[in-house]
Amino acid sequence: MTTTHCPYCALQCAMHLEPGPGGALAARPADFPTNRGGLCRKGWTSAEMLGVVDRLRRPLLRKDREDDFAEVDWDTALDYVADRLTDLRAAHGPEAVSVFGSGGLTNEKSYLLGKFARLALGTSQIDYNGRFCMSSAAAASTRAFGLDRGMPFPLTDLGEAEVVLLAGANPAETMPPMMAHLAAPRLIVVDPRCSATARQALAGGGMHLAPRPGTDLALALGLLHTARTANLLDTGYIAQRTTGFAQAWRAAAAWWPEQTEHVTGVPAHQVRAAAHMLGKAKGAYVLTGRGTEQHAKGTDSVSAWINLALGLGLPGRVGSGYGCITGQGNGQGGREHGQKADQLPGYRRIDDPAAREHIARVWGVEADTLPGPGRSAFELLDALGTEGGPSAMLLFGSNPVVSAPDAGRVRDRLADLDLLVVADFVLSESAAMADVVFPVAQWAEEGGTMTNLEGRVLRRRAAAAPPAGVRTDLEVLHGLATRLGQPAQRFPTDPDAVLAELRAASAGAPADYSGITPERLEAGEELHWPVTEGQAPTPRLFLDGFAHPDGRARFIPVQYRPAAETPDADYPLIATTGRLMGHYQSGAQTRRIPELAQAEPEAYLEIHPDTAARNGLTEGDWAQLTSRRGTTTARVRLRPDARRDTVFLPFHYAGAQTANNLTNPVLDPTSRMPEFKVSAIRVEPATTAQQGGHL
Amino acid sequence: MNQRHVVVIGNGMVGARFAEEVARRDPAGERVHLTVLGAEEEPAYNRVLLPGVVSGAYTPEDIYLPCPEQPSISVRTGTAVQAVDAESCDLTLDDGTRMGYDELVLATGARASFPPVTGVAAKDGTPAPGVTALRDMADCHRVQALVRPGAPAVVLGGGVLGLEAARALAERGVRVSVVEAAPWLMRRQIDQAAAAILAERYRALGVAVHSWRVAARWIPGTGLELDDGRILAGDALLVTAGARANTELAKDAGIAVEHGVLVDDTLTTSHPRVHAIGDCAQHTGGGAGLVQPGWEQAAVLADLLTGTAPEARYTGARPITRLKAEGIDLTSLGETEADDTAETVTIADPYGGRYAKLSVRAERVAGAVLLGFPDAASAIAQLFDTRAAVPADRLALLQGRPQPEADDVQAAAQADPLICRCNAVTRNQIEAAWLDGARTRDTIAAQTRATTGCGSCIRDVNTLLSGWSAAAPADVS
Repeated sequence: MTTTHCPYCALQCAMHLEPGPGGALAARPADFPTNRGGLCRKGWTSAEMLGVVDRLRRPLLRKDREDDFAEVDWDTALDYVADRLTDLRAAHGPEAVSVFGSGGLTNEKSYLLGKFARLALGTSQIDYNGRFCMSSAAAASTRAFGLDRGMPFPLTDLGEAEVVLLAGANPAETMPPMMAHLAAPRLIVVDPRCSATARQALAGGGMHLAPRPGTDLALALGLLHTARTANLLDTGYIAQRTTGFAQAWRAAAAWWPEQTEHVTGVPAHQVRAAAHMLGKAKGAYVLTGRGTEQHAKGTDSVSAWINLALGLGLPGRVGSGYGCITGQGNGQGGREHGQKADQLPGYRRIDDPAAREHIARVWGVEADTLPGPGRSAFELLDALGTEGGPSAMLLFGSNPVVSAPDAGRVRDRLADLDLLVVADFVLSESAAMADVVFPVAQWAEEGGTMTNLEGRVLRRRAAAAPPAGVRTDLEVLHGLATRLGQPAQRFPTDPDAVLAELRAASAGAPADYSGITPERLEAGEELHWPVTEGQAPTPRLFLDGFAHPDGRARFIPVQYRPAAETPDADYPLIATTGRLMGHYQSGAQTRRIPELAQAEPEAYLEIHPDTAARNGLTEGDWAQLTSRRGTTTARVRLRPDARRDTVFLPFHYAGAQTANNLTNPVLDPTSRMPEFKVSAIRVEPATTAQQGGHL
Repeated sequence: MNQRHVVVIGNGMVGARFAEEVARRDPAGERVHLTVLGAEEEPAYNRVLLPGVVSGAYTPEDIYLPCPEQPSISVRTGTAVQAVDAESCDLTLDDGTRMGYDELVLATGARASFPPVTGVAAKDGTPAPGVTALRDMADCHRVQALVRPGAPAVVLGGGVLGLEAARALAERGVRVSVVEAAPWLMRRQIDQAAAAILAERYRALGVAVHSWRVAARWIPGTGLELDDGRILAGDALLVTAGARANTELAKDAGIAVEHGVLVDDTLTTSHPRVHAIGDCAQHTGGGAGLVQPGWEQAAVLADLLTGTAPEARYTGARPITRLKAEGIDLTSLGETEADDTAETVTIADPYGGRYAKLSVRAERVAGAVLLGFPDAASAIAQLFDTRAAVPADRLALLQGRPQPEADDVQAAAQADPLICRCNAVTRNQIEAAWLDGARTRDTIAAQTRATTGCGSCIRDVNTLLSGWSAAAPADVS
């Protein structure tokens, strides 16, 4: 039996893997502080992915995209890719080659991928899908606290709180075992939908605030305003531990409850009641999720929530706080170790001369040879194959033709590449567009470390060897790097060897992993970073001061602004996208697991019965949704508790059911997060031909 | 330096918002150099919240508005404009200096209008002792100096501002009388039936309401004498009987003025380089008197003058009035006495102090009055604001949000309801595990996965287990 952690979300539930009756590995929950013996249906069925029928076991190669793939041996595939990369770099310079990573990769892979891009390829053009997840919260936390660790406290602290506000988060659907920590507190759920979490909040004596999509920034300002007038703010804390309240208050001063209602649609009395419930609680937390973050004003929206938390004196104290609910399995570690365009390992900034010196020393190169900052995720995808953009991409652990915004445009960009190389364990929709596909190992077939949503570093353990013909991502990077002329020892294939290098690279950095050793992980120590070599870990950050030079947290004055698109006569409704319990991200994995696929086999659309009727739709019909960017189809589910102006659809489906065909790639000016959550659309019955498109 | 110089006269809610809107569209100051001139010494503040300053909910500093901090925008307080020369595009300031502009924005607002009641104001318009308006911060300081808990005060004018002020004073313990010359309170915003219930609500809060009564004389130190000879005691008289647009500068400059400065859909006056927004402006679509239309105008004009959206137009207001009075939830919007071409649903509940009226025309909200229906008010205001179609069941709309989730109800009615949603485990599956010998929640979890997700079904599973255990005569194994 091997004890490890689930392959999917950032909760990283502990699980036991052992052979079941048929000999294949099966998962069952293990006791651990975050999941307390729980697992959702994704976790229970996760081991089925190891033996999925269409698993890739040989590299695939085609020299012409019109052709079918041919199975080739590894040397052929690696040689081909290295030769093509060399040619492209020679012809167009190093920036012609790009890398796209993932918040699903281990710390070691994230680190080595960043190193590979900067040293072996010499390109600045690397970013990752975490840009589509937590980047707004990360940017807002960094500017407020001087540091971003999603939850700067152990998850188990939440259970002691009286009230927890969840802004745009739906853990009852997306990470069910987390709800065990939220059973005792009363919940205030902010979500345009009456989600599973909202229903649990109402059942437990809490509240559900349902703002019009794209207006939660105004709601947060209104709550701060109301808390101030009700004398609920912690003026002593504001004076001693923060700066900038006066400016932030001026921005909130225009948001009295009735004005907040006018813009958000949340009744003024609910704004008052929520401010009181949160402000009077002994022990309160404000948590944000993708719902409030995935907007072109996501960073400012999270800042507004942090301002509320600061006003109430929550962060940096035991028993209260602000946190972001990180989504992807290694969404936390993945954003720390250098696969982000503007970043070097340890959460160092790539434009910081001292950081460049340090990393260059660890890597054994001159600092001035390191590239500078590159394009952010969508900007990178959007530049592919264009004049001045990269003509090659190496894609690891991501499926952007399903998960990126304006997916049709992203498909066109990928199609225009001279070379697309994908490492995956199945032929995902993005892999299917590639020139070369490397079949790589899965989570239960290799070791490494992951950093969960509370900043705790976890040991991922191999329970089985990879199938014959399959290699690890680290081996792929090693194979390519050596062919590109890099010294072999610079790209180790042993995860612990990479970890040792990562420890040195992150020493002294904001996300300091220098004290995280295989031995301490094996001993079960609760290693929340920063962990300096030989020192104790940091379960709770900011207790003695925030990470700015003056030790104070900063209120950021933020103003409400409308979504980039507002409904009009041609596109009269708002579409918002999200996740289902049984599927993960682009669904490339979970759509292949029979139990999960059967439960939710196709895209659906949640719509109010009145709205459906006005658009000629009834329960079970196939609907066609159209935005300015594209169309998708989904089956109608009537929801009497839905907002009449808003439809919801999950984004886990591909082909004609790709919800991201609709979404708006307008970006947040700070985090470069796209506006996934608000698209102006129209909806109508699908034609027979379109219905066929989903099959 | 080829930015155009835009000058705003007036640093009130709308003038200050215009500066913010320009700052947002032109953060680097590449298009527009902006000067805002405010006559008051105070920085811009949120006039709508003045009754809250009276009640003590806000300090004066609390209601200051944000001021864009960028070099291309300068705000000069304590600077009044004496004259506008629209032909030569320049202004004369009260210190005698002149200032040129490329575009001029009038945001001069409005001032309180004092009714012709004996003793209220001197011939030059100065308020008599004990009398004040509630339009600006200076008025607010006067009110605070005049009123004391337990002492009487009179509010002359039972519109929105008067009623908010009356409620604010009552909150501070002042004995308040409200006098309204019209047949009912908020004559322009609500119908008579609603006003009758509203008046009762105010009386219950300790405020005396005298509708359809004309004030005859203010007697300082005594109170307000009405036309029927009655005298209402008052140390202070708050005059909230309407406002007059500040149009003098425009009129003197030869710009077309009726009761406000006339503007078209581009918020341009009869002079092409002079614009007007907010309470001083008069647009055929209405909107003066409420802050939201003024803010919408500020956004449209910022679009136009920064060139970020040359197609932007202001096409009129969708006025929504919300009374801000602690303990009273009143919303009115659109036509409150729609004619027979509209379908109207009315609910009157004088005992409960509630009243709702919704008028629908061509499936769109034509107007509504909602007293004590806070959730419906929010929903209907959004339908009105977005011109969205009204649901067929109008009574249900008035009753508020639908009950959450029909799913659960349907599920309960099913023969084999889903118990554990996270792992899709039904009652029958749990029973099968029980029949197989699983007697505890842990063994049920190991066999069925139930309870291992979010945990919200733990109680249901325990209930099932204890029910079956109690029903079983003995352990058959």
